[in-house]
Amino acid sequence: MTVKVEVRNLTKIFGKRISKATDLLAQGVSKEEILEKTGATIGVNKASFSINAGEIFVIMGLSGSGKSTLIRLINRLIEPTEGEVLIDDLNLTALDKKSLRNVRRKKLGMVFQNFALFPHKTILQNAAFGLEIQGDSQDTRSKKAHNALELVGLHGYDDQYPDQLSGGMQQRVGLARALASDAEVLLMDEAFSALDPLNRKAMQDQLLELQNKMHKTIIFISHDLNESLRIGDRILIMRNGSIVQIGEPEEILTAPANEYVERFIEDVDRTKVLTVNSVMTEATTININKSGPRVALRRMQENSISSIYVVDDDDRFVGFADADDVATLIRQGSKDLKSILKTEVPLTTPDTPVQDLIDKISNTPIPFAVLDNEQHLLGIILRGSVLSAIAGNEVTA
Amino acid sequence: MQIEKIPLADWINSLVDRLSHFAGFFNSITNFFQTIINAFQAVFDVLPEWLFIILILGLTYWAKRDSKKWGLLIFELFGLLLIWNLDYWRDMTQTLTLVLTSGLITVVLGVPLGILMAKSRITDQIVKPILDLMQTMPAFVYLIPAVAFFGIGMVPGVLASVIFAMPPTVRMTNLGIRQVPADLIEAADAYGATSWQKLLKVQLPLAKSTLMAGINQSLMLSLSMVVIASMIGALGLGTQVYFAVGRNDAGAGFTAGIAVVILAIILDRITQAFNSKRH
Ligand SMILES: Nc1ncnc2c1ncn2[C@@H]1O[C@H](COP(=O)(O)OP(=O)(O)O)[C@@H](O)[C@H]1O
Ligand SMILES: [Mg+2]
Repeated sequence: MTVKVEVRNLTKIFGKRISKATDLLAQGVSKEEILEKTGATIGVNKASFSINAGEIFVIMGLSGSGKSTLIRLINRLIEPTEGEVLIDDLNLTALDKKSLRNVRRKKLGMVFQNFALFPHKTILQNAAFGLEIQGDSQDTRSKKAHNALELVGLHGYDDQYPDQLSGGMQQRVGLARALASDAEVLLMDEAFSALDPLNRKAMQDQLLELQNKMHKTIIFISHDLNESLRIGDRILIMRNGSIVQIGEPEEILTAPANEYVERFIEDVDRTKVLTVNSVMTEATTININKSGPRVALRRMQENSISSIYVVDDDDRFVGFADADDVATLIRQGSKDLKSILKTEVPLTTPDTPVQDLIDKISNTPIPFAVLDNEQHLLGIILRGSVLSAIAGNEVTA
Repeated sequence: MQIEKIPLADWINSLVDRLSHFAGFFNSITNFFQTIINAFQAVFDVLPEWLFIILILGLTYWAKRDSKKWGLLIFELFGLLLIWNLDYWRDMTQTLTLVLTSGLITVVLGVPLGILMAKSRITDQIVKPILDLMQTMPAFVYLIPAVAFFGIGMVPGVLASVIFAMPPTVRMTNLGIRQVPADLIEAADAYGATSWQKLLKVQLPLAKSTLMAGINQSLMLSLSMVVIASMIGALGLGTQVYFAVGRNDAGAGFTAGIAVVILAIILDRITQAFNSKRH
């Protein structure tokens, strides 16, 4: 994986008495207190992280937590108080105005919450804006802009004006404007927040679909956790200008760094994000080559379960034994566990979304067995642990 | 105790005296403006009345091609015919020359000044009080030095009009550019636009209708200066009004005044029509 964007110790303090505020910040004084003492606002506080090429990196946080400031520090629409931004190892913070403009033209595209389309330009001219600024010929830019509009699914609107289009369509134009100039890094500041839920979902789908084809590096701001979990490869959570946690969606859900993150994830629809991996529990097993029916029965009695998974020496899944069958076997004096093994048990893999299991799990009395590619039994899925994971409790068993 | 009167008037007189040493400089300005004035007047003198009327009607028709226009066209036709009939035709074209020349100068000076004010807070703070001064200082006051520097005739009249009429253009240009939504400026910046690109591709196009409203106001204000301008020899409808006042001839005064009003309405409606948005 190559790093595309690197942010080091990035800090922004708004206001006048910045050096005083910087000192206080270094002493660990809180944002509120610094504002009270100096009148300076901490926008972003010592943010460091790196974003991989081809990644959708979501920045999340409550309103006022510094998301917009952070994304604008990356393309230097806001000048940092301290710290560095590197894109492809080029230090943007050190560039003069002209070189910075060049980076913005060639590498960066931006999509805005309120679309920021030019009302005096047609849809085609809007999509072509970046190319116009770069000085491309009329022909080239019309062609590229037209292609970008097709790419986002806008056909036949080239000659209309922004106010003739719905919000969702306008934001497609905003996206086309960023795509037309072949930007490698897309900065999207709450790009879908102004849209109604249906449109928003459609735009998310479209973005994911485009991303499958184009592999851009996307920095996406959202204050909606469901959206973040849906589209983010990784999520950064901010609070009061500081980074609270960076991780993959599943990590954020299963191991929230603190209460703030916990409160964030309280009412998320977990089934869409959680995979089998995070809700499975350890299976009680016996080794078919070592143990017979008596051991199996005792193991079940010890754990108060009515069935047990059976594996081989390498922990590979062999089958499943029912307590009643094992008892019958013992009564018959047989030691041949194999004869009563059931193999028609529900199977699944660790990276299956929990959502896919929900319907089935309520219809199957036997817990799902989680197998990897080599048939190793990794764990089982109990109905209860799925429900409690959906409810947001930690899975312990 | 008696406080000495501050010799403000003397200072200004000596400043005017000193400035008159630059007669060569003022002469070249006078000549330059006179050339513009002559060019306008020459065109109006060559055009036959009927052709002028047709051109105005055609211009109106084109400017208002997407909106209601018949009422205005009829008004223009009868208004201009009335001016012709009353024998004010040449006066009307002289007044039009005065207004168009000062309008031209107003745009050439006022728009860049307004842009500068929008871009620089210091310029804004310096120019604002000067604009207030230009609009509130009684016009007679600057007629005196205007005559001293530029003589008698159309040129000082044009300059007096420019001083009085320019502020709305400057103010509205400034306002129009400042009113461009911040997120559009941000979008232009994010895509790497230079200051010039921002100005030409985003700010001016979006400020256009506010700016045009300023120019329209400036034209109306310079029309209101025609009587005062006539006192220093600027010919036109203003001269007719001025003479009528001298002769105590209410009838002549009113008819010339009506001609001014007709011209004002035509100029106002045509510039507004150019301003109306369409797409
Ligand atoms: N130009 C500015 N001047 C002063 N304070 C600002 C400015 N921009 C943002 N802030 C402050 O910085 C903090 C972060 O704001 P912002 O980045 O817009 O948050 P978010 O996008 O997460 O809602 C807020 O406290 C906000 O008031
Ligand atoms: Mg924001």
